[in-house]
Amino acid sequence: MEQALSDIKVLDLTHYIAGPYCTKLLADYGADVLKVERPDGGDWARRMGPFLGNEPHPDKSGLFLHLNTSKRGITLNLKAQDGKKIFRELVRDVDILVENFSPRVMPSLGLSYEELEKINPKLVMTSISNFGQSGPYRDFKASELIIYGMGGAMNETGMFDRYPLKKAGNVIQYQVGTMAAVSTMVALFASQAQSAGQHVDLSMFESQAGTIDRRMSHFITYQYNNETSYRPDPEIDPPGFPYGIYACQDGFFQLTGGFVFWDRICKMMDRPDLVDDPGFSTQEGQRDPENLERFSIIWYPWIAERTKLEIITAGQAAGVLCGPINDPGDLVNDPHWKARGFWEEIEHSVAGRLTYPGAPFKMDETPWRASRPAPRLGEHNNEVYGELGYSGEDLERLKEQGVI
Amino acid sequence: MVKLPLEGIRVVDITVIYAGPFATMNLADWGAEVIRVESIKHFQVLTRGGTAHPNQDIVSDPVRTGGIATYCGRDVSFRPWNRWTLFNAHARNKLGCTMDMTQPKGIEIFKRLIAMSDVFLESNAPHVKENLGLTYDVLKEINPKLIMLSMPGFGGSGPYKYYRALGVHQEGFIGHTALRGYPDSDPSTTSTVYHADEAAGATAALAVLMALHYRNRTGKGQHIDMAQAEATMPHLGEAIMDYTMNNRVQESMANRMPGAAPCGCYRCTGEDRWVNITVTSDEEWQGLRRAMGDPEWAKDEKFTDSLSRENNQDELDEHISKWTTNHNHYDLMHMLQKEGVPAGPIIFEDDAYTDPHLKERGFFQEVTQEECGTHIYPGYGFKISGVPNSIRRPPVRLGEHNEYVYKEVLGVSDEEYQQLEEEGHIGMDFLPEVR
Repeated sequence: MEQALSDIKVLDLTHYIAGPYCTKLLADYGADVLKVERPDGGDWARRMGPFLGNEPHPDKSGLFLHLNTSKRGITLNLKAQDGKKIFRELVRDVDILVENFSPRVMPSLGLSYEELEKINPKLVMTSISNFGQSGPYRDFKASELIIYGMGGAMNETGMFDRYPLKKAGNVIQYQVGTMAAVSTMVALFASQAQSAGQHVDLSMFESQAGTIDRRMSHFITYQYNNETSYRPDPEIDPPGFPYGIYACQDGFFQLTGGFVFWDRICKMMDRPDLVDDPGFSTQEGQRDPENLERFSIIWYPWIAERTKLEIITAGQAAGVLCGPINDPGDLVNDPHWKARGFWEEIEHSVAGRLTYPGAPFKMDETPWRASRPAPRLGEHNNEVYGELGYSGEDLERLKEQGVI
Repeated sequence: MVKLPLEGIRVVDITVIYAGPFATMNLADWGAEVIRVESIKHFQVLTRGGTAHPNQDIVSDPVRTGGIATYCGRDVSFRPWNRWTLFNAHARNKLGCTMDMTQPKGIEIFKRLIAMSDVFLESNAPHVKENLGLTYDVLKEINPKLIMLSMPGFGGSGPYKYYRALGVHQEGFIGHTALRGYPDSDPSTTSTVYHADEAAGATAALAVLMALHYRNRTGKGQHIDMAQAEATMPHLGEAIMDYTMNNRVQESMANRMPGAAPCGCYRCTGEDRWVNITVTSDEEWQGLRRAMGDPEWAKDEKFTDSLSRENNQDELDEHISKWTTNHNHYDLMHMLQKEGVPAGPIIFEDDAYTDPHLKERGFFQEVTQEECGTHIYPGYGFKISGVPNSIRRPPVRLGEHNEYVYKEVLGVSDEEYQQLEEEGHIGMDFLPEVR
């Protein structure tokens, strides 16, 4: 079946997380993505865990395997003259180039957008960087934590009386990668509309500063009311009840109640007698601590004798917004995602057959497909350089010279 | 004037709260004509406020922040739904109209609009579109080139198909809640800032752009089934792979990450001000030592290499905090970056509005909305060299473009328009009885 981006060629100079996730999204929906890695070790993510069997190996990083499905891979030394020459040949023939070097790197290699546009006048070049291609922080270093702290809503993430927290793992970089894919597609439309190349300048910092959920709303709150956000103290600023995360018989669950959904909460607990109690069903009533106490006497015994599955099943049947607190094992074993066919089995010549996260969305006409596993370092050198007309002898020479 | 990349694409948007509206914002920003369709008879909780007619005393209460959002000036005397910060965050560049889809005529009008549009996005639980008879099977008969994206929490199939969930609940299902938070506390202390909304919103925008690209090539529309949770799950890929590869269940590492030490946030001068530092190499460690004035404690063997630093991280953090606590969070960024150490302040809203980098890059933009006045709004998350990125329209008010949508797009006569007003389709105010 044809895929959405089957007609698109991408040259992928990215490494680590955000850039590779961007090009993975394009590749899994059909783009022909050619990943270019440095010959001495390749993408840094190959050296990051978790590793299959806890054995560090460039083809056994779960992070790398996940982020690089459906791509072909070559090695190329962009600092070598021959490397630059080959790179220019590759650029000529693609629709999109994605890179996430620090902003000085591409110009210092003589491969700035202005130079590459001369070779390929309709080129879409997406540059992902910590702080963008200009501005006083342009050359600053960053990390997942630092980007979230500066761009995102870290100041209000966590408990009011403890240190602020980041989100899990590397989710901010994945988010930036997603936005990079959005920006690349928008630029592709622009390139087609204008018959002119486009350079996307995606700053991780700004990508977070311009994001939902809290950050944009609270910038506006500050502008409207001169109020800054903070990590809320649930004692001072109660969100209503029931609300948030609670312990039950076999773990934790969470739900959103409050006076607005009070009728549904009653239905969940099968307590129609409480529906019209103004202490529970009105905003004013829910703000009175005495009503919270009355509620607690009913609520805690009810949840204590039920499992999260029982509570969630009852809650969802009553239309209550709720869910369990699952760990990654619960997630992978959850019958819902299995029934939807979310998980993907992919065979890799070194890592073997493993289960991967699958399609982030299902398109009726143009499906998601992991068309191949993540490439081994330089796996497609012969194929790709052969297509460019390099002979076996040429490749031997380039290998000796450290170009590939 | 340069033609915007998505000019000529009409998007019908009935999405709610954060995720779907963030998707359509990303389409509207780059030129799509996004028409939000709302109803003056039905108030979607959170999207345009806590309730349709909020209580002024509660909104004014200085103790109460409004939680995730509040009203401009905390003033709810006139059309509070146009003053709600959550909505006004994503509603720029969009158009808005109202119709009552609980009446057959509302459905008929809606279908007429669909016939004249390119894209339709909805984010309700699947029973909503089924009850309204607005499934893709029906709509593609009206408009065979339609691209429809449905983005409920759990997707259009499977045992949880009809489950209701906001971003927060999805995060519990997919493990994000368990993978974050304070390692020494139970999950009930986990923050109320989430990831699924931005993840699903951005992914939905991407899905629409891909479908548009395919349609440009082939003329074919299609339906996209996006479970918001599935759009977010790949963001936790390495934790998932650790389980599928090694059967290992990861837990929260808070602000730390493997291979980095120190890696955390440290208190600075000022109230609740912090700096984040991430050291991933010996070079960066040496840079940190220089920035601190190479104190005696830093020479200890316990901190000589990355492994020993990682093993003694709690102690390391205490030492560093004693240093940072005497400095301003922005000063620390400059002191450390000068020595090649990744560091940055935790930025509050007041910091952001004075941040020289955001200023030089022109991130914030002045926008005037009729009912809220003139303010400086956050701008676009990326720049494209050949495309202007200034906000063209202020956050859309309820029913603001009824005249345009009904008369110009749908070709409704003045008489019919008046009748539709009387029948409760067209208006700019939620009816008094709406909660």
